[in-house]
Amino acid sequence: MILEAKHISFRYGTDSRQILNDFSLKLTCEERVGLIAPSGSGKTTFCKILAGYEKPDEGEVLLDGRPLSEYKGYCPVQMIWQHPEQVVNPRLCMKEVLAEGDHLEQRIAEGLGIETDWLNRYPAELSGGELQRFCIARALGERTRFVLADEISTMLDLITQSQIWSFLIQEVEKRGIGLLAVSHSTPLLKQVCTRVEDLE
Amino acid sequence: MDKKKVILEIKNLSISFQQYDKGFGRTELDVIRDLNVTVHEGEMVAVVGSSGSGKSLLAHGILGILPYNGVIGGTILYDGGELTRKRKEQLRGNEIVLVPQSVAFLDPLMKIGPQIRKGKKDPESKEKLNRIFESYHLKQEVQELYPFELSGGMNRRVLVSTAMMGNPRLVIADEPTPGLHMKMVRRVMSHFRELADRGAGVLLITHDLEQALEVADRVAVFYAGTTVEDADVSDFAREETLRHPYSRALWRALPQNGFQFIGGTQPYVKDLPEGCPFGPRCEQFCEACRGEIPYRELRGGKVRCLCAE
Repeated sequence: MILEAKHISFRYGTDSRQILNDFSLKLTCEERVGLIAPSGSGKTTFCKILAGYEKPDEGEVLLDGRPLSEYKGYCPVQMIWQHPEQVVNPRLCMKEVLAEGDHLEQRIAEGLGIETDWLNRYPAELSGGELQRFCIARALGERTRFVLADEISTMLDLITQSQIWSFLIQEVEKRGIGLLAVSHSTPLLKQVCTRVEDLE
Repeated sequence: MDKKKVILEIKNLSISFQQYDKGFGRTELDVIRDLNVTVHEGEMVAVVGSSGSGKSLLAHGILGILPYNGVIGGTILYDGGELTRKRKEQLRGNEIVLVPQSVAFLDPLMKIGPQIRKGKKDPESKEKLNRIFESYHLKQEVQELYPFELSGGMNRRVLVSTAMMGNPRLVIADEPTPGLHMKMVRRVMSHFRELADRGAGVLLITHDLEQALEVADRVAVFYAGTTVEDADVSDFAREETLRHPYSRALWRALPQNGFQFIGGTQPYVKDLPEGCPFGPRCEQFCEACRGEIPYRELRGGKVRCLCAE
């Protein structure tokens, strides 16, 4: 499959700053693409548009040539966010958080080091690193074709960062999922990606 | 050359919390044990540990702002004398300043400018604040705003400005830069560095080893509530110069050093193993590691490991 952003322009509201201006990017599901850009240049916004959370003012997002908005039901493009504590419902226990996503194979939770004991806890009872493992698992449902990883390991310690990425790389390779990784760290993206786009 | 004066010395610090269990049961939760850190004048020491491991409590312990159920043990020496509760109250905000982790530490009902100046209205303070704001790209109008009107990144810069306002002798910075972009991180870090170069001691508490290596003089590696190694920043240039197996594992996990990882996770304080907390993940684990592990001097640094040589 091919995920393509064509000539995307975007600003929040009408009188705020132009965040994206005629930006295009194309990736296939065999690729792991890294995106480096200065902060405030709209990397997160771009991910949100690619995953269908925001509509661009101009331009379009195509999945295999068809606009992403035409795909009904589970969205094949899933985003993993920078701050896991802000994207889980604090009133759901972790088992229910996982169930929000698509059907999940048991080995994914295992591969990410999610312990059975954690499933009955609430988000406030887990550390940021533990929560992020759940968020990654939630995005790796059966029908996921593309994963957008927006600074997913900045708050993790180095060992956890390396553990999580090695699992993620292995998983997307095995299932033919395309990956877009956004980070400020060039050495990290060089390790993770097959191609790195520098927007600076 | 004279050895620089020690400004802060923390010996065998422990912090524990009393928690109520089911019924009338009470448990003591030791979040920090046997923590040792020394900061000299003009030196920047980074305490590096993973998030959620209780590093912030170290800062709160030094300043005496732990929650009511927190109990502190061990000794903290400041400028040669014991840092008693009374001294903490006198010194904090003046000689000892904290750059807190969260913007929730700002007073929501006080405008930014007066809040940082602590109500001082003399032209000198005002002038100083203007200059600080300028260097952080904060508009002067921001002084007239309340904390809720600022973005996360702006609030963060305001917090850092509070430390630059006085003439502190000890700065404790608790994760001062998350949510800032790299350029601003560098700028903030260079200001801490400058404070150190002017003679203050800086204790930087962070999860970001790479960032610490860029600015600090020494790094204390924090694992499962304790310091496992105290090393010069230059020791991190190669794996062999590091002392503790955990520090070496951290080194190998850096993307530029191979991006390798070890299995397992840091143990939660409630289920710490006996003896060495790193034991279950360590290749060199042996029977003796189940016992007491002393924090000892080694090659100019310190290490809490029996096998390190």
